Amino acid sequence: MRLPNRPDQRVGPSLRAILAVSALLAGLLPAQVHAEFGLNLHAPATGLAQNIYDLHTLILWICCAIFVVVFVPMFFALIRHRKSKGHPAAKFHDNLAVEVVWTIIPVLILLGMAWPATSLVLSMKDTGKEDLTIKVTGHQWKWEYEYLGDDIRFMSNSSTPKEQIDGAQPKGENYLLEVDRPLVVPAGKKIRLVMTASDVIHAWWIPAFGVKQDAVPGFIRDTWFRADTPGTYRGQCAELCGVGHGFMPVVVEVVPEARFTAWKEEQKALLAAATANAGKTYELAELKALGEKVYTANCAACHQANGAGIPGAFPALSGSAIVSGDRAGHIDIVLAGKPGTTMAAFGKQLSDLDLAAVITYERNSWDNKVGDVVQPSDIAARRK
Amino acid sequence: MNTATDVADHHEHEHGAPSGIMRWLTSTNHKDIGTLYLWFSLFMFFFAGALAMLIRAELFQPGLQLFQPGVFNQLTTMHGLIMIFGAIMPSLVGFANWQIPLMIGASDMAFPRLNNWSFWLLPAAGVLLIATFFVPGGALAGGWTMYPPLFMQGGIAYDMSILAVHILGISSIMGAINIITTILNMRAPGMTMMKMPLFVWTWLITAFLLVAVMPVLACAITMLLTDRNFGTHFFDAAAGGDAVMFQHIFWFFGHPEVYIMILPAFGIVSTIIPAFARKPLFGYVSMVYAVASIAFLSFIVWAHHMFTTGMPVGGQLFFMYTTMLIAIPTGVKVFNWVATLWRGSITFETPMLFAIAFVFLFAIGGFSGMVLALVPVDIQLQDTYYVVAHFHYVLFSGSAMAIMGGVYYWLPKWTGHMYDERLGKVHFWLTAVAFNITFFPMHFLGLAGMPRRIPDYALQFAEFNMISSLGGFLLGASQLLFLYIVIKCARGGLPAGNRPWDGADTLEWTQTSPPPYHSFVTPPLVK
Repeated sequence: MRLPNRPDQRVGPSLRAILAVSALLAGLLPAQVHAEFGLNLHAPATGLAQNIYDLHTLILWICCAIFVVVFVPMFFALIRHRKSKGHPAAKFHDNLAVEVVWTIIPVLILLGMAWPATSLVLSMKDTGKEDLTIKVTGHQWKWEYEYLGDDIRFMSNSSTPKEQIDGAQPKGENYLLEVDRPLVVPAGKKIRLVMTASDVIHAWWIPAFGVKQDAVPGFIRDTWFRADTPGTYRGQCAELCGVGHGFMPVVVEVVPEARFTAWKEEQKALLAAATANAGKTYELAELKALGEKVYTANCAACHQANGAGIPGAFPALSGSAIVSGDRAGHIDIVLAGKPGTTMAAFGKQLSDLDLAAVITYERNSWDNKVGDVVQPSDIAARRK
Repeated sequence: MNTATDVADHHEHEHGAPSGIMRWLTSTNHKDIGTLYLWFSLFMFFFAGALAMLIRAELFQPGLQLFQPGVFNQLTTMHGLIMIFGAIMPSLVGFANWQIPLMIGASDMAFPRLNNWSFWLLPAAGVLLIATFFVPGGALAGGWTMYPPLFMQGGIAYDMSILAVHILGISSIMGAINIITTILNMRAPGMTMMKMPLFVWTWLITAFLLVAVMPVLACAITMLLTDRNFGTHFFDAAAGGDAVMFQHIFWFFGHPEVYIMILPAFGIVSTIIPAFARKPLFGYVSMVYAVASIAFLSFIVWAHHMFTTGMPVGGQLFFMYTTMLIAIPTGVKVFNWVATLWRGSITFETPMLFAIAFVFLFAIGGFSGMVLALVPVDIQLQDTYYVVAHFHYVLFSGSAMAIMGGVYYWLPKWTGHMYDERLGKVHFWLTAVAFNITFFPMHFLGLAGMPRRIPDYALQFAEFNMISSLGGFLLGASQLLFLYIVIKCARGGLPAGNRPWDGADTLEWTQTSPPPYHSFVTPPLVK
């Protein structure tokens, strides 16, 4: 595997400065906007991404060469063959030899492009001999990662605060490209991703890996990458998937293998602790505090932070008959979702504790003052 | 007796247009209907353009300022849908109505009443589409491509939009049948197929594409309709359906649709360039074959819109190769345009400026199309702003700028007045410069990893988005000048005479400007 060995793909400081200063002079650029911008594909972190980068560079140069060959004569004619310069119009309108030549030359150029592209397609599709398989499931609007054979499974939500999006706080460095729990993989190993979705089509994309794969409900697709350099790599969902589409980042942490092994042990310990707590009873305040976090990550995109929903599109929870009514009905709709709508079956996505917390939060927030507490054991009882 | 009836009928026709609103509602005259099409499309162009202004305003800075994501998705979806079905396609049909009978020496279209109906379906569909903004839940927000399962989550607007697209499809099919019949049966004596102006050829082939693929779109959206309302599961995986199947059916329509929007534009440009180079079109025969090849290839490239769905390697390679093949006939066309300019006697009136910009900018869109054709590179660029840049280079600086050039070229014929040449040039330069400020930076955004259809973006995309928005506002404002020039020209101006362009040699220039209400009552003889 070839290590990426390429200078930083960002634009030079001078051009950047000129552009930024001109925008600043116009008094238009908010002060917090200072992330580096790129003119080209991300610096490759895998062999495939490197090959894609090189193929793109090759094609770009070929296109530039054709561009010059075609448009230099055109501009020559536009400048020299003008009526205002007294140029008389020629009469010719056909030339078979020329036309044959400019049909055949493009064929040869295309063959030259198709050859490297074909071999790269074949290697991108070669998902065999993997070291580790991770199942990736797209949900509206978060990613779920399941380490097959390791009993590790978790959700990865955007962690950019709503206040930053609404402009109430300055935007952080990784604005919209940060998650609460990234995918963690070992460096130098071939990782096979098997991909699906629970509701609509999503697309999992890390530009630096050269991997973009649609996650299609009801079908399993696979793709692979091998990243050699430890680090954090960021991308986004690339297929329009509803109101949260722009807020569904993909973050991968590539770590040395020893750290990966340790990380797996931590995850298993966390899981064991959660199982041990299954029968525990919680206080209202405790559940509400946790429930607000769960609500923000999972519910607020549609039902809104104030529970008012969006009339016509997403129902209000504040004052809702279901939310302030019988708790069994409330639990059931959260567990099973509502088919044909955006309302997902959260029973498959969230733990009993998270569900208990968010339902308790909804029943005791905004205009809803039911006053009861839903315990994780209540959720477990309603799961059939 | 027959003779007497003929004379009476003939006499009646000489009366010209009825006056008032009934002239337009009941018109069966190809010129009036062409005018209606052109005004309708101009209105929709401004409506969908206004949506684009709102999109660029939201994307001016990172963060959510003006619109919540749900509304933003409605703006992008409806901008695309209305520009394609409401602006570009009807305007090209408007050109066909006005120009095809005049260019082939026919007295009117073959089916005048059908023609009336094809047009008057459009306002109904347009009203339905615009009305969706005001129903509960708002307009279509899942992208103009209407992919399920996301499409299943929408409200009543989704069903209304299906109806609207059905109506637009019926209108297009009727228009296409009319055009095919007119061209095949009503050419003036002596005008063989290979003597037809290239504009007529491009529309003949486009009309066949329309007849072939609009029913496919109708099937796809009917399946969406029954999935949504009548309990079928064509695209619902939970019941054995397949969401990706929709994409195959949709793009089997969608890719020929791209050429439906560009081939008549090729025809317009192929008419303008020889007129102002004062030289015959280079390689007429190869131009005809190139258009036909592009049309054929358009049926076997559809899955290049779907490289990231996870199709088998054989599928990826097949669609990559067929897509690359399109570069050959397209290249032939560009080379022929350049060869037409070569050693001409060139002048730069407004139509010519638009035509030259078309060749230059459309070629950029063609090159980015080549880049996107390569599967590995496409995997990186699929669903990014690079794709947005690519299709605006072929659709705005391609189709839309060719249409504007065509309007300037034929306005003197349609109205009898010259347009304001100075303002026309100002409009051209503003449009060309603003277009590039708006869309060129999007190539960089896409390469750097900005997905399309997002209401908010990471900070490294801020600079280019701001530049793009500023360009967009200028581009939008410049089009108001276009509206002003067109209205000014329609209301008066220097008389155009029969043939204001000394290099123009097609049949319409043998008629007065504006042409009589019934032109070519006696067919001309073409040598």
